[in-house]
Amino acid sequence: MSVDSSTVKKVASLARIAVTDADAEKLVPELNSIIGWVEQLGEVDVTGVEPMTAVIPNTLRLRDDVVNADPQTGGGIRDKVLANAPQAEHGFFAVPKVIE
Amino acid sequence: MTNLTDLTVAEIRDGVAGGDFSAREVASAFNVAVADARALNAYIVETPDHALAAADQADADRASGTLKPLSGVPLGMKDLFATQGVQTSAASKMLEGFKPEYESTVSGKLWDAGAGMLGKLNLDQFAMGSSNESSYFGSVISPWKGADGAQLTPGGSSGGSSAALAARLCPGATGTDTGGSIRQPAAYTGTAGIKPTYGRCSRWGVVAFASSLDQPGAMARTVKDNAILLEAMAGFDAKDATSLDLPVPNWEAALSGDLKGKKVGIPKEYRPDGLNTEIAALWDKGVAWLKDAGAEVVEVSLPHTKYALATYYIIAPAEASSNLARYDGVRYGLRNLPDGAGLQDMYAATRAEGFGDEVKRRILIGTYVLSAGFYDAYYTQAGKVRTLIQQDFMKAFEQCDVLLTPTAPSAAFPLGGNNADPLEMYLNDVFTVPASLAGLPAMSVPGGLSADGLPLGLQIIGRPLDEQGVLNAALALEERAGFTARAEKWW
Repeated sequence: MSVDSSTVKKVASLARIAVTDADAEKLVPELNSIIGWVEQLGEVDVTGVEPMTAVIPNTLRLRDDVVNADPQTGGGIRDKVLANAPQAEHGFFAVPKVIE
Repeated sequence: MTNLTDLTVAEIRDGVAGGDFSAREVASAFNVAVADARALNAYIVETPDHALAAADQADADRASGTLKPLSGVPLGMKDLFATQGVQTSAASKMLEGFKPEYESTVSGKLWDAGAGMLGKLNLDQFAMGSSNESSYFGSVISPWKGADGAQLTPGGSSGGSSAALAARLCPGATGTDTGGSIRQPAAYTGTAGIKPTYGRCSRWGVVAFASSLDQPGAMARTVKDNAILLEAMAGFDAKDATSLDLPVPNWEAALSGDLKGKKVGIPKEYRPDGLNTEIAALWDKGVAWLKDAGAEVVEVSLPHTKYALATYYIIAPAEASSNLARYDGVRYGLRNLPDGAGLQDMYAATRAEGFGDEVKRRILIGTYVLSAGFYDAYYTQAGKVRTLIQQDFMKAFEQCDVLLTPTAPSAAFPLGGNNADPLEMYLNDVFTVPASLAGLPAMSVPGGLSADGLPLGLQIIGRPLDEQGVLNAALALEERAGFTARAEKWW
């Protein structure tokens, strides 16, 4: 499989990264070199092999279903949540107009 | 009087406890060294006041008999760990100026243990790189120089950590390792670093790269110091879903370089045709040292080794493309809002400006391999090969207790020397990536010098949860290698 300039632009659009035509042209050989190289994995016989989901066996835990079970990840810290926002107004994140 | 910045973590801890010197004297000496070494670009932010405050607390605790495990020890903190009120940038433009309202679990544990912070250490941008050259704040320059005087990489991504240790700008540091980011920089700078079993150290508050691989670990100049630091960093954390709910062993107390009854495996696939002869010779020395320590050496096979890098360069970018989706210009970090732009354009402009070239490349590769129609061919296939790579290790560990390999395929390379082709740079991680894919504890220790006078490292890989076995074999190497070389001060 190899990518061309229009595929690079489509992938960049999916990744929400603006690229110029010149950027896309430069990325084509770089990405093709990497993609061509990782395709060697296709030659490995993986019959009956499950893809890895957990590198060390572990069980998922459930915390108590209460507000603020852990104060550090709980609520009531609006100002802290907004402290690093590029733009915050009236206790909310502010973004450009979304709906006309 | 002893130069305080030459002391190890253990020597500082014990010296402060014994009253040989005050913690304030130690912190002050390191603060001066850090400020005097800006030419190395190892620290992005210096925090002398944090170091002094912890030192004063340590001196007060000594007076009241309430010393903690790391009282009086100032550390360097890789700038991937969130530190409350102190810029946490991941060496990116995206997070320049980001001051977290919270403390990462690992850094918080270190401060609770009495340590202080000298500053935030430079790294490859979002920990993506093997040379530190992708940092938005400029490359770290290794204190070591090439035979021709060339400036060298300190390795990456934890290159600020390794350079600072080698230049005596801290006695110990944190690192994070996704594909070798602790071990390779340690090897390039004549320092030691350990990546524990995946899940030993909490990832909470660590800027995420590839979550199934990311693992914080310790870096220092001795094996013992690594044991001390790792004990303070490790432990269960309910805030990390993959944290292991297990007690932290007393690794320092159980250190022993006596390997009688232990078996060391030598994986034959790690000796490819064309392996650098100096690296091969050092590896042979390592074998002899471990035999001298009482170990039996056996050859083992890890047949899927040659697929590890390709597997890694599908899984890591895939996870990165997902993790880095959070940088949207809305909640924190950079925002680029062109005139009249809507929300989607703002996302794209923000991410185009905030990410460097290597980060973009990896996000695009990750997005591509996860996209409709390609997911099974790339991502699912890589997940299956990853299973095979792990099974290789488990079979090998039926025949041996630890594995001995080189850490990196060469000594440190010149800055700018490996940039033409991203793929060439990826090959640096050939010996470190397999253990990362399998979640295994692994450590690099200095083994000797190249003909050009540059440090070379040896790697020990252990069974899951057997950090003790890794540390002990590393100690046996350290005791026999007698590595005392250091970079001559030019900065």
